[in-house]
Amino acid sequence: MTAPGQRSRTPERVFYALALLAVVLPLLTLAGLLYGVLQNGAERLSWDFLTSYPSRKPLLAGILPGLVGSFLLMVLTALIALPLGVGAAIHLEEYGKRSRWSRFIELNIANLAGVPSIVYGLLGLGLFVRTLHLGRSLLAGACTLSLLVLPMVVMVSREALRTVPHHLREASYALGATRWATVRQIVLPMAYPGILTGAILALSRAIGETAPLVVVGALTYITFVPDGLDAPFTALPIQIFNWVSRPQRGFVINAAAAIVVLLLTMLVLNGAAIYLRNRLQRKSS
Amino acid sequence: MLSTALNSTPPPDPSPVKVSVESVRAWFGTLEVLHGITMPVADRSVTAIIGPSGCGKSTLIRSLNRMHELSEGARIEGRVALDGIDIYGKDVDPVLLRRRIGMVFQKPNPFPSMSVRDNVLSGLRLTGSLRATRAEEVVEQALRDAALWDEVKDRLNAPGIGLSGGQQQRLCIARSLAVSPEVLLMDEPCSALDPIATSRIEDLIHTLKESYTIAIVTHNMQQAARVSDYTAFLLSGDLVEFSETNRLFTSPRDSRTEDYITGKFG
Repeated sequence: MTAPGQRSRTPERVFYALALLAVVLPLLTLAGLLYGVLQNGAERLSWDFLTSYPSRKPLLAGILPGLVGSFLLMVLTALIALPLGVGAAIHLEEYGKRSRWSRFIELNIANLAGVPSIVYGLLGLGLFVRTLHLGRSLLAGACTLSLLVLPMVVMVSREALRTVPHHLREASYALGATRWATVRQIVLPMAYPGILTGAILALSRAIGETAPLVVVGALTYITFVPDGLDAPFTALPIQIFNWVSRPQRGFVINAAAAIVVLLLTMLVLNGAAIYLRNRLQRKSS
Repeated sequence: MLSTALNSTPPPDPSPVKVSVESVRAWFGTLEVLHGITMPVADRSVTAIIGPSGCGKSTLIRSLNRMHELSEGARIEGRVALDGIDIYGKDVDPVLLRRRIGMVFQKPNPFPSMSVRDNVLSGLRLTGSLRATRAEEVVEQALRDAALWDEVKDRLNAPGIGLSGGQQQRLCIARSLAVSPEVLLMDEPCSALDPIATSRIEDLIHTLKESYTIAIVTHNMQQAARVSDYTAFLLSGDLVEFSETNRLFTSPRDSRTEDYITGKFG
Protein backbone atom coordinates (compact mmCIF):
# COMPACT_ATOMS: atom_id res chain seq x y z
CA MET A 1 0.00 0.00 0.00
CA THR A 2 1.16 3.48 -0.77
CA ALA A 3 0.56 6.14 1.82
CA PRO A 4 -1.83 8.96 0.92
CA GLY A 5 -0.22 11.63 -1.22
CA GLN A 6 2.54 9.24 -2.27
CA ARG A 7 2.75 7.81 -5.72
CA SER A 8 4.23 4.45 -6.46
CA ARG A 9 7.97 4.77 -6.91
CA THR A 10 8.25 1.82 -9.28
CA PRO A 11 8.09 3.76 -12.60
CA GLU A 12 10.72 6.10 -11.27
CA ARG A 13 13.06 3.21 -10.44
CA VAL A 14 12.52 1.58 -13.82
CA PHE A 15 13.31 4.80 -15.59
CA TYR A 16 16.40 5.32 -13.47
CA ALA A 17 17.64 1.82 -14.32
CA LEU A 18 17.05 2.35 -18.02
CA ALA A 19 18.89 5.66 -17.97
CA LEU A 20 21.79 4.07 -16.13
CA LEU A 21 21.92 1.27 -18.67
CA ALA A 22 21.99 3.83 -21.47
CA VAL A 23 25.11 5.33 -19.92
CA VAL A 24 26.87 2.14 -18.91
CA LEU A 25 26.41 0.22 -22.15
CA PRO A 26 28.25 2.65 -24.45
CA LEU A 27 30.91 3.18 -21.81
CA LEU A 28 31.53 -0.55 -21.58
CA THR A 29 31.74 -0.84 -25.34
CA LEU A 30 34.21 2.01 -25.48
CA ALA A 31 36.25 0.52 -22.67
CA GLY A 32 36.33 -2.82 -24.50
CA LEU A 33 37.53 -1.14 -27.66
CA LEU A 34 40.19 0.81 -25.83
CA TYR A 35 41.36 -2.28 -23.99
CA GLY A 36 41.56 -4.18 -27.28
CA VAL A 37 43.63 -1.63 -29.15
CA LEU A 38 45.82 -0.88 -26.18
CA GLN A 39 46.57 -4.54 -25.61
CA ASN A 40 47.39 -5.01 -29.25
CA GLY A 41 49.17 -1.78 -29.94
CA ALA A 42 50.96 -0.97 -26.70
CA GLU A 43 54.10 -2.83 -27.69
CA ARG A 44 54.53 -0.69 -30.80
CA LEU A 45 53.92 2.67 -29.15
CA SER A 46 57.20 4.51 -29.01
CA TRP A 47 58.78 7.75 -30.13
CA ASP A 48 60.18 5.96 -33.18
CA PHE A 49 56.71 4.87 -34.17
CA LEU A 50 55.58 8.51 -34.22
CA THR A 51 58.59 9.80 -36.12
CA SER A 52 59.17 7.08 -38.71
CA TYR A 53 57.95 6.78 -42.25
CA PRO A 54 55.93 3.79 -43.45
CA SER A 55 57.93 0.74 -44.38
CA ARG A 56 57.44 -2.71 -45.80
CA LYS A 57 58.80 -4.08 -42.55
CA PRO A 58 56.16 -3.67 -39.83
CA LEU A 59 58.70 -3.13 -37.06
CA LEU A 60 60.33 -0.22 -38.89
CA ALA A 61 57.08 1.40 -40.00
CA GLY A 62 55.86 4.61 -38.41
CA ILE A 63 53.05 7.10 -38.78
CA LEU A 64 54.86 10.41 -39.25
CA PRO A 65 53.31 11.31 -42.65
CA GLY A 66 49.84 10.34 -41.44
CA LEU A 67 50.20 12.27 -38.21
CA VAL A 68 51.49 15.40 -39.92
CA GLY A 69 48.94 15.00 -42.72
CA SER A 70 46.06 14.72 -40.27
CA PHE A 71 47.28 17.72 -38.33
CA LEU A 72 47.66 19.88 -41.44
CA LEU A 73 44.29 18.73 -42.77
CA MET A 74 42.66 19.73 -39.54
CA VAL A 75 44.26 23.16 -39.39
CA LEU A 76 43.36 23.86 -43.02
CA THR A 77 39.82 22.55 -42.57
CA ALA A 78 39.39 24.79 -39.53
CA LEU A 79 40.71 27.79 -41.47
CA ILE A 80 38.31 27.14 -44.35
CA ALA A 81 35.20 25.77 -42.68
CA LEU A 82 34.97 27.92 -39.55
CA PRO A 83 34.91 31.40 -41.11
CA LEU A 84 32.56 30.19 -43.84
CA GLY A 85 30.28 28.29 -41.48
CA VAL A 86 30.10 30.91 -38.76
CA GLY A 87 29.68 33.62 -41.40
CA ALA A 88 26.81 31.73 -43.00
CA ALA A 89 25.21 31.21 -39.61
CA ILE A 90 25.49 34.92 -38.81
CA HIS A 91 23.93 35.80 -42.12
CA LEU A 92 21.05 33.38 -41.71
CA GLU A 93 20.36 34.23 -38.07
CA GLU A 94 21.08 37.92 -37.81
CA TYR A 95 20.52 39.31 -41.28
CA GLY A 96 18.20 36.86 -42.97
CA LYS A 97 14.48 37.41 -42.85
CA ARG A 98 12.23 34.53 -41.89
CA SER A 99 11.01 33.64 -45.31
CA ARG A 100 10.22 30.52 -47.29
CA TRP A 101 13.61 30.85 -48.87
CA SER A 102 15.43 30.79 -45.53
CA ARG A 103 13.41 27.80 -44.37
CA PHE A 104 14.32 26.08 -47.62
CA ILE A 105 17.99 26.78 -47.00
CA GLU A 106 17.65 25.61 -43.42
CA LEU A 107 16.10 22.31 -44.50
CA ASN A 108 18.81 21.77 -47.06
CA ILE A 109 21.62 22.41 -44.62
CA ALA A 110 20.11 19.89 -42.23
CA ASN A 111 19.89 17.46 -45.13
CA LEU A 112 23.48 18.06 -46.19
CA ALA A 113 24.64 17.21 -42.68
CA GLY A 114 23.23 13.73 -43.23
CA VAL A 115 24.76 13.08 -46.64
CA PRO A 116 27.21 10.14 -46.52
CA SER A 117 30.81 11.29 -46.43
CA ILE A 118 31.72 9.28 -49.53
CA VAL A 119 29.39 11.53 -51.53
CA TYR A 120 31.38 14.53 -50.34
CA GLY A 121 34.48 12.66 -51.42
CA LEU A 122 33.07 12.28 -54.92
CA LEU A 123 32.10 15.94 -54.98
CA GLY A 124 35.61 16.86 -53.86
CA LEU A 125 37.11 14.67 -56.55
CA GLY A 126 34.99 16.27 -59.24
CA LEU A 127 35.18 19.84 -58.03
CA PHE A 128 38.56 20.35 -56.39
CA VAL A 129 40.78 17.64 -57.83
CA ARG A 130 39.57 17.79 -61.42
CA THR A 131 37.62 20.99 -62.20
CA LEU A 132 39.77 23.31 -60.12
CA HIS A 133 42.92 21.33 -60.92
CA LEU A 134 44.06 21.13 -57.32
CA GLY A 135 45.18 17.57 -57.93
CA ARG A 136 45.44 14.95 -55.24
CA SER A 137 46.77 17.54 -52.85
CA LEU A 138 46.51 18.51 -49.23
CA LEU A 139 44.42 21.51 -50.22
CA ALA A 140 41.94 19.40 -52.16
CA GLY A 141 41.63 17.11 -49.15
CA ALA A 142 41.07 19.99 -46.76
CA CYS A 143 38.50 21.60 -49.05
CA THR A 144 36.62 18.31 -49.24
CA LEU A 145 36.63 17.88 -45.48
CA SER A 146 35.51 21.50 -45.13
CA LEU A 147 32.49 20.79 -47.32
CA LEU A 148 31.77 17.78 -45.17
CA VAL A 149 31.76 19.63 -41.86
CA LEU A 150 30.31 22.92 -43.10
CA PRO A 151 26.63 22.00 -42.57
CA MET A 152 27.41 20.94 -39.03
CA VAL A 153 29.34 24.13 -38.29
CA VAL A 154 26.48 26.22 -39.69
CA MET A 155 23.83 24.40 -37.70
CA VAL A 156 25.71 24.46 -34.41
CA SER A 157 26.64 28.13 -34.84
CA ARG A 158 23.04 29.08 -35.57
CA GLU A 159 21.96 27.21 -32.49
CA ALA A 160 24.55 29.09 -30.44
CA LEU A 161 23.46 32.45 -31.89
CA ARG A 162 19.85 31.64 -31.08
CA THR A 163 20.64 31.20 -27.40
CA VAL A 164 21.51 34.90 -27.14
CA PRO A 165 18.30 36.52 -25.86
CA HIS A 166 16.54 38.83 -28.30
CA HIS A 167 16.13 41.60 -25.73
CA LEU A 168 19.92 42.09 -25.66
CA ARG A 169 19.95 42.75 -29.40
CA GLU A 170 17.13 45.25 -28.89
CA ALA A 171 19.07 46.97 -26.11
CA SER A 172 22.00 47.29 -28.48
CA TYR A 173 19.93 48.63 -31.38
CA ALA A 174 18.24 51.11 -29.05
CA LEU A 175 21.67 52.48 -28.15
CA GLY A 176 22.20 53.29 -31.81
CA ALA A 177 24.35 50.30 -32.67
CA THR A 178 24.45 48.95 -36.19
CA ARG A 179 23.64 45.33 -36.87
CA TRP A 180 27.28 44.48 -37.33
CA ALA A 181 28.37 46.18 -34.09
CA THR A 182 25.60 44.31 -32.28
CA VAL A 183 26.69 41.00 -33.72
CA ARG A 184 30.36 41.59 -33.03
CA GLN A 185 30.19 43.12 -29.56
CA ILE A 186 27.05 41.63 -28.03
CA VAL A 187 25.93 38.48 -29.82
CA LEU A 188 29.17 36.77 -30.84
CA PRO A 189 30.92 37.00 -27.46
CA MET A 190 27.94 35.27 -25.86
CA ALA A 191 27.72 32.66 -28.60
CA TYR A 192 31.44 31.81 -28.72
CA PRO A 193 31.36 28.94 -26.22
CA GLY A 194 28.60 27.19 -28.15
CA ILE A 195 30.21 27.85 -31.52
CA LEU A 196 33.54 26.58 -30.23
CA THR A 197 32.03 23.36 -28.94
CA GLY A 198 30.36 22.74 -32.26
CA ALA A 199 33.51 23.59 -34.19
CA ILE A 200 35.52 21.08 -32.21
CA LEU A 201 32.95 18.35 -32.68
CA ALA A 202 32.97 19.08 -36.39
CA LEU A 203 36.76 19.01 -36.57
CA SER A 204 36.86 15.77 -34.60
CA ARG A 205 34.62 14.32 -37.22
CA ALA A 206 36.88 15.62 -39.98
CA ILE A 207 40.00 14.14 -38.43
CA GLY A 208 38.39 10.71 -38.23
CA GLU A 209 37.09 10.64 -41.80
CA THR A 210 38.58 8.16 -44.22
CA ALA A 211 36.21 7.60 -47.11
CA PRO A 212 36.24 11.08 -48.69
CA LEU A 213 40.02 11.23 -48.49
CA VAL A 214 40.38 7.88 -50.18
CA VAL A 215 38.17 9.12 -53.00
CA VAL A 216 39.99 12.43 -53.29
CA GLY A 217 43.18 10.45 -53.58
CA ALA A 218 45.13 10.53 -50.37
CA LEU A 219 48.03 8.14 -50.78
CA THR A 220 48.48 5.21 -48.50
CA TYR A 221 52.20 4.97 -48.75
CA ILE A 222 54.28 8.10 -48.75
CA THR A 223 57.70 8.48 -47.31
CA PHE A 224 57.77 12.22 -46.90
CA VAL A 225 55.95 14.93 -45.02
CA PRO A 226 53.77 17.27 -47.15
CA ASP A 227 55.79 20.38 -47.88
CA GLY A 228 53.07 22.60 -49.31
CA LEU A 229 49.38 22.96 -50.01
CA ASP A 230 49.79 21.21 -53.36
CA ALA A 231 51.73 18.25 -51.95
CA PRO A 232 50.33 14.73 -51.92
CA PHE A 233 49.39 13.59 -48.45
CA THR A 234 48.08 10.85 -46.26
CA ALA A 235 46.22 10.89 -42.97
CA LEU A 236 46.07 8.73 -39.88
CA PRO A 237 42.75 7.00 -40.64
CA ILE A 238 44.02 6.11 -44.09
CA GLN A 239 47.23 4.71 -42.70
CA ILE A 240 45.16 2.63 -40.29
CA PHE A 241 42.84 1.48 -43.05
CA ASN A 242 45.84 0.46 -45.10
CA TRP A 243 47.52 -1.46 -42.31
CA VAL A 244 44.49 -3.46 -41.18
CA SER A 245 43.98 -4.68 -44.72
CA ARG A 246 47.47 -6.23 -44.80
CA PRO A 247 47.85 -9.93 -44.00
CA GLN A 248 50.92 -9.68 -41.76
CA ARG A 249 50.29 -9.69 -38.02
CA GLY A 250 52.87 -6.92 -37.51
CA PHE A 251 50.82 -4.40 -39.48
CA VAL A 252 47.70 -5.19 -37.48
CA ILE A 253 49.66 -4.31 -34.37
CA ASN A 254 50.80 -1.11 -36.07
CA ALA A 255 47.18 -0.29 -36.87
CA ALA A 256 46.19 -0.76 -33.25
CA ALA A 257 49.00 1.53 -32.12
CA ALA A 258 47.97 4.15 -34.69
CA ILE A 259 44.40 3.94 -33.44
CA VAL A 260 45.64 4.69 -29.94
CA VAL A 261 47.49 7.74 -31.27
CA LEU A 262 44.41 8.92 -33.18
CA LEU A 263 42.19 8.51 -30.12
CA LEU A 264 44.67 10.36 -27.94
CA THR A 265 44.91 13.19 -30.46
CA MET A 266 41.15 13.56 -30.45
CA LEU A 267 41.06 13.42 -26.68
CA VAL A 268 43.63 16.20 -26.44
CA LEU A 269 41.69 18.26 -28.99
CA ASN A 270 38.37 17.84 -27.24
CA GLY A 271 39.99 18.50 -23.89
CA ALA A 272 41.50 21.71 -25.19
CA ALA A 273 38.13 22.75 -26.57
CA ILE A 274 36.35 22.13 -23.30
CA TYR A 275 39.04 24.03 -21.42
CA LEU A 276 38.75 26.97 -23.82
CA ARG A 277 34.99 26.96 -23.63
CA ASN A 278 34.97 26.95 -19.84
CA ARG A 279 37.40 29.83 -19.79
CA LEU A 280 35.26 31.82 -22.19
CA GLN A 281 32.15 31.03 -20.21
CA ARG A 282 33.75 32.15 -16.97
CA LYS A 283 34.78 35.36 -18.63
CA SER A 284 31.28 36.02 -19.88
CA SER A 285 29.35 35.30 -16.69
CA MET B 1 16.17 89.54 -40.37
CA LEU B 2 19.04 87.26 -41.20
CA SER B 3 20.27 87.09 -37.61
CA THR B 4 16.94 85.77 -36.33
CA ALA B 5 16.85 83.15 -39.06
CA LEU B 6 20.23 81.87 -37.97
CA ASN B 7 19.35 82.06 -34.34
CA SER B 8 19.06 78.54 -32.98
CA THR B 9 17.69 79.26 -29.51
CA PRO B 10 14.37 77.52 -28.90
CA PRO B 11 11.14 79.52 -29.20
CA PRO B 12 9.84 81.12 -26.00
CA ASP B 13 6.83 78.78 -25.79
CA PRO B 14 6.97 77.16 -22.30
CA SER B 15 6.53 73.62 -23.62
CA PRO B 16 7.64 73.39 -27.23
CA VAL B 17 7.00 70.12 -28.99
CA LYS B 18 10.05 67.87 -29.19
CA VAL B 19 8.44 64.92 -30.89
CA SER B 20 5.30 65.23 -32.92
CA VAL B 21 3.29 62.11 -33.73
CA GLU B 22 1.05 62.61 -36.75
CA SER B 23 -1.52 60.07 -37.96
CA VAL B 24 0.66 57.10 -37.11
CA ARG B 25 -0.71 53.72 -38.08
CA ALA B 26 1.16 50.52 -37.33
CA TRP B 27 0.77 46.88 -38.26
CA PHE B 28 2.07 43.49 -37.27
CA GLY B 29 1.55 41.51 -40.45
CA THR B 30 -2.06 42.19 -41.34
CA LEU B 31 -3.09 43.17 -37.81
CA GLU B 32 -3.41 46.92 -37.44
CA VAL B 33 -2.45 47.82 -33.88
CA LEU B 34 -2.44 51.62 -34.15
CA HIS B 35 -5.26 53.32 -36.05
CA GLY B 36 -3.85 56.78 -36.62
CA ILE B 37 -2.41 58.41 -33.53
CA THR B 38 -1.73 62.13 -33.37
CA MET B 39 -0.18 63.62 -30.26
CA PRO B 40 2.75 65.80 -29.18
CA VAL B 41 5.59 64.94 -26.82
CA ALA B 42 6.62 68.15 -25.12
CA ASP B 43 10.25 69.13 -24.67
CA ARG B 44 11.80 68.52 -21.25
CA SER B 45 8.72 67.09 -19.68
CA VAL B 46 7.25 63.68 -19.07
CA THR B 47 4.54 62.31 -21.31
CA ALA B 48 2.84 59.16 -20.08
CA ILE B 49 1.07 56.69 -22.32
CA ILE B 50 -1.49 54.60 -20.46
CA GLY B 51 -4.05 52.02 -21.45
CA PRO B 52 -4.99 48.40 -20.90
CA SER B 53 -2.83 45.53 -22.13
CA GLY B 54 -2.76 45.20 -25.88
CA CYS B 55 -3.92 48.77 -26.55
CA GLY B 56 -0.81 49.50 -28.61
CA LYS B 57 1.07 51.67 -26.13
CA SER B 58 4.32 49.74 -26.49
CA THR B 59 4.02 49.82 -30.27
CA LEU B 60 3.45 53.56 -30.11
CA ILE B 61 6.56 54.23 -28.04
CA ARG B 62 8.59 51.85 -30.22
CA SER B 63 7.56 53.81 -33.28
CA LEU B 64 9.24 56.90 -31.83
CA ASN B 65 12.77 55.47 -32.21
CA ARG B 66 12.02 53.18 -35.14
CA MET B 67 12.28 50.03 -33.07
CA HIS B 68 8.86 48.87 -34.23
CA GLU B 69 10.11 48.16 -37.73
CA LEU B 70 12.69 45.69 -36.37
CA SER B 71 9.95 43.19 -35.55
CA GLU B 72 9.08 40.53 -38.06
CA GLY B 73 6.33 41.72 -40.44
CA ALA B 74 6.04 45.12 -38.76
CA ARG B 75 4.95 48.13 -40.82
CA ILE B 76 4.21 51.75 -40.09
CA GLU B 77 2.61 54.74 -41.77
CA GLY B 78 2.30 58.38 -40.87
CA ARG B 79 4.80 60.93 -39.63
CA VAL B 80 6.87 61.22 -36.49
CA ALA B 81 8.78 64.46 -36.36
CA LEU B 82 11.77 65.03 -34.10
CA ASP B 83 12.50 68.75 -33.94
CA GLY B 84 10.33 69.13 -37.00
CA ILE B 85 12.10 66.53 -39.12
CA ASP B 86 10.29 63.33 -40.06
CA ILE B 87 12.23 60.41 -38.61
CA TYR B 88 10.71 58.15 -41.24
CA GLY B 89 12.06 60.41 -43.97
CA LYS B 90 14.12 58.85 -46.75
CA ASP B 91 17.50 60.20 -45.68
CA VAL B 92 17.13 59.47 -41.98
CA ASP B 93 19.37 56.65 -40.81
CA PRO B 94 17.51 54.77 -38.05
CA VAL B 95 20.83 53.84 -36.45
CA LEU B 96 21.87 57.47 -36.07
CA LEU B 97 18.36 58.41 -34.98
CA ARG B 98 18.46 55.93 -32.11
CA ARG B 99 21.55 57.64 -30.76
CA ARG B 100 19.39 60.71 -30.18
CA ILE B 101 16.49 58.77 -28.69
CA GLY B 102 17.39 56.40 -25.89
CA MET B 103 15.19 53.57 -24.68
CA VAL B 104 14.70 51.73 -21.41
CA PHE B 105 12.90 48.41 -21.56
CA GLN B 106 10.35 46.64 -19.44
CA LYS B 107 12.76 44.05 -18.10
CA PRO B 108 16.15 45.35 -16.96
CA ASN B 109 18.54 44.09 -19.63
CA PRO B 110 22.14 44.95 -18.82
CA PHE B 111 24.59 43.06 -21.03
CA PRO B 112 25.34 39.92 -19.02
CA SER B 113 28.94 39.58 -20.14
CA MET B 114 29.87 43.11 -19.06
CA SER B 115 30.81 44.80 -15.83
CA VAL B 116 28.91 47.80 -14.47
CA ARG B 117 31.47 50.11 -16.08
CA ASP B 118 31.41 48.34 -19.45
CA ASN B 119 27.62 48.38 -19.46
CA VAL B 120 27.65 52.16 -19.08
CA LEU B 121 30.24 52.47 -21.83
CA SER B 122 28.62 49.89 -24.11
CA GLY B 123 26.64 52.44 -26.09
CA LEU B 124 29.75 54.45 -26.86
CA ARG B 125 31.70 51.30 -27.76
CA LEU B 126 28.90 49.98 -29.94
CA THR B 127 28.75 53.25 -31.82
CA GLY B 128 32.51 53.53 -32.01
CA SER B 129 32.51 56.91 -30.29
CA LEU B 130 34.33 56.12 -27.05
CA ARG B 131 37.38 58.21 -26.33
CA ALA B 132 39.50 56.31 -23.82
CA THR B 133 40.60 59.42 -21.95
CA ARG B 134 37.03 60.37 -21.19
CA ALA B 135 35.80 56.91 -20.20
CA GLU B 136 36.00 57.31 -16.41
CA GLU B 137 34.37 60.70 -16.57
CA VAL B 138 31.51 59.39 -18.71
CA VAL B 139 30.95 56.43 -16.38
CA GLU B 140 30.76 58.59 -13.27
CA GLN B 141 28.54 61.22 -14.85
CA ALA B 142 26.08 58.73 -16.31
CA LEU B 143 25.87 56.76 -13.07
CA ARG B 144 25.38 59.96 -11.08
CA ASP B 145 22.66 61.08 -13.47
CA ALA B 146 20.98 57.72 -13.01
CA ALA B 147 21.25 58.04 -9.20
CA LEU B 148 23.31 54.87 -9.03
CA TRP B 149 26.84 56.16 -8.50
CA ASP B 150 26.92 55.96 -4.70
CA GLU B 151 25.70 52.38 -4.72
CA VAL B 152 28.10 51.00 -7.30
CA LYS B 153 31.19 53.24 -7.22
CA ASP B 154 33.12 50.55 -5.34
CA ARG B 155 32.18 47.73 -7.67
CA LEU B 156 32.40 49.18 -11.14
CA ASN B 157 34.17 46.04 -12.28
CA ALA B 158 31.55 43.66 -10.88
CA PRO B 159 29.15 42.12 -13.41
CA GLY B 160 26.15 44.30 -14.20
CA ILE B 161 23.72 41.44 -13.73
CA GLY B 162 24.94 41.02 -10.14
CA LEU B 163 23.03 44.16 -9.11
CA SER B 164 19.49 44.12 -7.76
CA GLY B 165 16.62 44.51 -10.20
CA GLY B 166 16.11 48.19 -9.42
CA GLN B 167 19.83 48.90 -9.68
CA GLN B 168 19.96 47.01 -12.98
CA GLN B 169 17.19 49.19 -14.34
CA ARG B 170 19.03 52.34 -13.26
CA LEU B 171 22.16 50.89 -14.84
CA CYS B 172 20.19 50.56 -18.07
CA ILE B 173 19.13 54.19 -17.70
CA ALA B 174 22.77 55.17 -17.16
CA ARG B 175 23.70 53.18 -20.23
CA SER B 176 21.16 55.15 -22.27
CA LEU B 177 22.26 58.49 -20.81
CA ALA B 178 25.94 57.80 -21.59
CA VAL B 179 25.34 58.28 -25.30
CA SER B 180 23.76 61.71 -24.54
CA PRO B 181 20.34 61.27 -26.10
CA GLU B 182 17.81 64.09 -26.29
CA VAL B 183 14.76 61.94 -25.75
CA LEU B 184 14.37 59.02 -23.36
CA LEU B 185 11.69 56.42 -24.04
CA MET B 186 10.67 54.15 -21.18
CA ASP B 187 8.56 51.09 -21.85
CA GLU B 188 7.03 50.10 -18.51
CA PRO B 189 10.38 50.56 -16.78
CA CYS B 190 9.06 49.62 -13.34
CA SER B 191 6.83 46.67 -14.11
CA ALA B 192 9.46 44.18 -12.98
CA LEU B 193 10.44 46.14 -9.86
CA ASP B 194 9.30 46.25 -6.24
CA PRO B 195 7.64 49.41 -4.83
CA ILE B 196 10.81 50.83 -3.30
CA ALA B 197 12.85 50.39 -6.48
CA THR B 198 9.89 51.83 -8.39
CA SER B 199 9.79 54.99 -6.31
CA ARG B 200 13.53 55.50 -6.83
CA ILE B 201 13.04 55.32 -10.59
CA GLU B 202 10.13 57.74 -10.36
CA ASP B 203 12.26 60.20 -8.37
CA LEU B 204 14.91 59.81 -11.03
CA ILE B 205 12.39 60.58 -13.79
CA HIS B 206 11.57 63.83 -12.00
CA THR B 207 15.23 64.86 -12.08
CA LEU B 208 15.85 63.66 -15.61
CA LYS B 209 13.07 65.69 -17.17
CA GLU B 210 15.05 68.85 -16.50
CA SER B 211 17.50 67.74 -19.17
CA TYR B 212 15.65 65.17 -21.27
CA THR B 213 12.34 64.75 -23.01
CA ILE B 214 10.74 61.64 -21.58
CA ALA B 215 7.95 59.43 -22.84
CA ILE B 216 6.90 56.63 -20.54
CA VAL B 217 4.55 53.74 -21.10
CA THR B 218 2.92 52.46 -17.97
CA HIS B 219 0.02 50.24 -17.04
CA ASN B 220 0.04 51.84 -13.62
CA MET B 221 -2.25 54.88 -13.53
CA GLN B 222 -0.96 56.10 -10.19
CA GLN B 223 2.51 56.11 -11.68
CA ALA B 224 1.36 58.14 -14.66
CA ALA B 225 -0.30 60.59 -12.30
CA ARG B 226 2.81 60.86 -10.14
CA VAL B 227 5.51 61.28 -12.80
CA SER B 228 3.99 62.82 -15.89
CA ASP B 229 3.04 66.26 -17.11
CA TYR B 230 0.95 65.02 -20.02
CA THR B 231 -0.94 61.78 -20.41
CA ALA B 232 -2.23 59.96 -23.45
CA PHE B 233 -4.90 57.30 -22.98
CA LEU B 234 -4.93 54.59 -25.62
CA LEU B 235 -7.64 52.02 -26.16
CA SER B 236 -7.53 49.31 -28.83
CA GLY B 237 -5.10 51.26 -30.97
CA ASP B 238 -6.96 54.58 -30.78
CA LEU B 239 -5.94 57.67 -28.86
CA VAL B 240 -9.00 58.31 -26.70
CA GLU B 241 -7.73 61.33 -24.86
CA PHE B 242 -4.61 63.43 -24.55
CA SER B 243 -4.22 66.27 -22.11
CA GLU B 244 -2.31 67.59 -19.15
CA THR B 245 -2.03 64.83 -16.59
CA ASN B 246 -3.90 66.77 -13.90
CA ARG B 247 -6.81 67.46 -16.17
CA LEU B 248 -6.97 63.91 -17.52
CA PHE B 249 -7.15 62.37 -14.08
CA THR B 250 -9.45 64.96 -12.44
CA SER B 251 -11.83 65.86 -15.23
CA PRO B 252 -11.55 63.49 -18.18
CA ARG B 253 -13.53 64.56 -21.24
CA ASP B 254 -14.22 61.08 -22.54
CA SER B 255 -16.38 58.65 -20.59
CA ARG B 256 -14.09 55.75 -21.55
CA THR B 257 -11.16 57.56 -19.94
CA GLU B 258 -13.22 58.05 -16.81
CA ASP B 259 -14.20 54.39 -16.75
CA TYR B 260 -10.58 53.34 -17.13
CA ILE B 261 -9.07 55.65 -14.52
CA THR B 262 -11.79 54.83 -12.02
CA GLY B 263 -11.06 51.16 -12.48
CA LYS B 264 -14.25 50.06 -14.23
CA PHE B 265 -12.17 48.07 -16.70
CA GLY B 266 -8.55 47.48 -17.62
